[in-house]
Amino acid sequence: MRAFAALYDALDASTSLIDKRRALVDGLRAMTAADAAWTVHLLAGGKIGGGKTGKIAASGELRRWLREESGHPEWLVEDSYAHVGDLAETIALLLPERLDAAPEREALGLADEIARLRAVAGTDEASRRAAVVEGWRRWRGSARFVYTKLLTGALRVGVSGGLLQQALAEIAAVAPAVMAERLVGGVAPTPEAWAALVAVDDGGREGPDAAAGSPARAAESARPYPFHLASPLEAAPETLGPIDAWQLEWKWDGIRAQLIRRGGRVVLWSRGEERLDGRFPEVEAAAAALPDGTVLDGELLAWRGDEPLPFAILQTRIQRKRPSAKVLAEAAVRFVAFDLLEAEGIDLRDRPLHARRATLGALVDGSALGLSPVLDPSDWTAAAALRAAARQHGAEGLMLKRRDGAYGVGRKRGDVWKWKLDPRSVDAVLLYAQAGHGRRSTLHTDCTFALWDGEALVPVAKAYSGLTDAEFLELDRWVRAHTRERFGPVRSVAPQLVFEIGFEGVQRSPRHKSGVAVRFPRMLRWRRDKTAADADRLDTLKAMIDG
Amino acid sequence: MPELLELTPEGLYCRAGDFHVDPWRPVPRAVVTHGHADHARPGMGVVHAADAGLGLLRWRLGESQALAGHGYGEPFVLGEARVSLHPAGHVLGSAQVRIEVDGETWVVSGDYKRDDDPTCAPFEVVPCDVFITEATFGLPVYRWRPASEVAAEIRAWWDACAARGEAALLLCYALGKAQRILAELVRLPGGMEREVLLHGAMGPGVAIYRDAGVALPPTRPLSDEARSKDLAGALVLAPPSAIGSPWMRRFKSVSVGFASGWMQLRGNRRRRGVDRGFVVSDHADWDSLLRTCRSTGARRVLATHGNTEALVRVLREDGIEAAALKTELGGEN
Repeated sequence: MRAFAALYDALDASTSLIDKRRALVDGLRAMTAADAAWTVHLLAGGKIGGGKTGKIAASGELRRWLREESGHPEWLVEDSYAHVGDLAETIALLLPERLDAAPEREALGLADEIARLRAVAGTDEASRRAAVVEGWRRWRGSARFVYTKLLTGALRVGVSGGLLQQALAEIAAVAPAVMAERLVGGVAPTPEAWAALVAVDDGGREGPDAAAGSPARAAESARPYPFHLASPLEAAPETLGPIDAWQLEWKWDGIRAQLIRRGGRVVLWSRGEERLDGRFPEVEAAAAALPDGTVLDGELLAWRGDEPLPFAILQTRIQRKRPSAKVLAEAAVRFVAFDLLEAEGIDLRDRPLHARRATLGALVDGSALGLSPVLDPSDWTAAAALRAAARQHGAEGLMLKRRDGAYGVGRKRGDVWKWKLDPRSVDAVLLYAQAGHGRRSTLHTDCTFALWDGEALVPVAKAYSGLTDAEFLELDRWVRAHTRERFGPVRSVAPQLVFEIGFEGVQRSPRHKSGVAVRFPRMLRWRRDKTAADADRLDTLKAMIDG
Repeated sequence: MPELLELTPEGLYCRAGDFHVDPWRPVPRAVVTHGHADHARPGMGVVHAADAGLGLLRWRLGESQALAGHGYGEPFVLGEARVSLHPAGHVLGSAQVRIEVDGETWVVSGDYKRDDDPTCAPFEVVPCDVFITEATFGLPVYRWRPASEVAAEIRAWWDACAARGEAALLLCYALGKAQRILAELVRLPGGMEREVLLHGAMGPGVAIYRDAGVALPPTRPLSDEARSKDLAGALVLAPPSAIGSPWMRRFKSVSVGFASGWMQLRGNRRRRGVDRGFVVSDHADWDSLLRTCRSTGARRVLATHGNTEALVRVLREDGIEAAALKTELGGEN
């Protein structure tokens, strides 16, 4: 546990990627295989309980047990939590320094503590409370904080998937691309999985080296390839050279996915490396007709007739494990393929895009398996015109893919660009602010914005990004000085400040008071030049509703 | 009957004695608790303060400011008020102000702490009817460990930086915090032999503490070093404003630490973007605030600057008449 806490502290203390990577390599190497496996699992966003394991502690229970252990009244615990912004940290700070003489078992590892907690998952509250409190009494300082963090969710310690991949690649002495493959689909928190992950050579493991034409993964494997991700195009498209070297497609607004047909099975993986089994039966049925040893890269989209439906329709399908016939009829989904990564069991990723694409068309039948069309503008000016019309086609911009480019790993820049439409925006009035989380836990950064509906301001969006640190600091001071009322951690403020709020889409939503829901709202600019009276009207936003 | 102290646009005012306590606008007569900028502002007629704090006030307010010094616990008369100053344990020469009029006693704490501090006289509990307390860290998440332990951590960090060939740059306030850290470092084994480099803004304050007889390690202005000199292995103290300034270019390879009570929270550490946060404060922590308010025996407590709400509520549940007092004081120094 101390080793894990020390690694957490080192990652938390450092702002440099080089230092973080060093800390990961040194920290993981110093751990037992069992502890290292859990550490990787947790850093990749995994949890210790929930789901099939059962509940270990709900947030409300942790707060109640904290009240009982610290002797503080409920309001004081809640005030402290609102001030700190992180429950695990609040608990670590409010518990007495030492509750009683529980033995400090320094040698107890992360995996031991997790095993102890998992053993009581799903049992009655008294047993779970006793197990959790035992750890609170055992650990002090950062070990107590990190131990509690295991119970409250994501670690949020600034380790990206890419950084973890690099550190693990260094430990195993393999290329980052090889490690990327080993990591796809997650790593089980077991010593065996750790041993396989950091095995020096790939002998006996599934997964190919990256050479073109080499035999692909074992025929029965359900694992996807690492996704090749596009980077946003920031420069003018002309800087990419002649348009002939590029394949242009619509940038779809759905769920990026790989469709794997191997060993007589069909498996769908989202870009978030989540298996989507059973959620899209129409796609799985259509894919059953694909020849064995085929992997397609594409986008899941709700579809009707000739065109895609807004993302909101697809959203009604994402969490539904076995959609009813009614749902299937109302929101039919299609997999729109745009790349062929494996055919006849051969890994094609090193071949040029035009070669991969050449055989793709023959594989899809246009039913629940569609083909993302290749657009053919004569020059960049014509391409820009296509982009401007993307919304009419249900797309959010263009994809630019180098015709002779290979299929890379991760966000490898240069061969694939997304050239999205500029976000749409409204000028909205700040109504409420709340402290953020993590490094913003003492700043009021989570803001609610409103538009005019007659004489009233109606909330339409929450946003917490888009300003600079200096602007957030200034905003925080303003919020504190202009608070009208406090509702727990939320402050209502004088309706004076106007911000330009950007978003990707607008849908009708009966659940929202305003009647609309915006996608990916964020602050684009602090409009210091505007007063609340200058803000936009709700009708302006409603006029932008998609579809 | 009017209140012994009332809040006016200039600050806390004692009508019976015709003087203000820590006023934020110019007034003829001010009683000032200590030299921090939010308490000691320029432009006053006469400033009454503790003898031990006069050096700092002269530095902060200039030679032209008329100062009247008083020994701790020695009463003096202003108008119809009997006034005395008592140690607050915050920084060198910091004082609580005891004011007695017609048998009623009020105490203004100024900023204070209860923890051990080799640079100033320890806080003294002064019984009173009404206690005006600071509440900068008025939540139970703020509980301090002894500064001597934190100093040992600072030393370990300094050594680790030296081993990596980095300079250790410690950001801390120039008046009080810097000298307290130096005084704690000197108590560590070999502390007298380890020289500390100072940012230009630190020099005068350190000299005043040294003149007052506080044991400090050898120090030297960083500006004395040749620009080409490698600062690897050095400990440098600088005010927080130094970060992000061109002055920082002086360092090739540096680890930045920040010493403040606010460093108790991860969010603050991360927002500052520093490598290390050291929790050391010259303000009372939660336990000290409660203990102090209770031990003064005051029937009424007014809490000012900081997280006053929780403190007020807990004291009210104790049966003490408590309320928040909105002043223009505040900020951790």
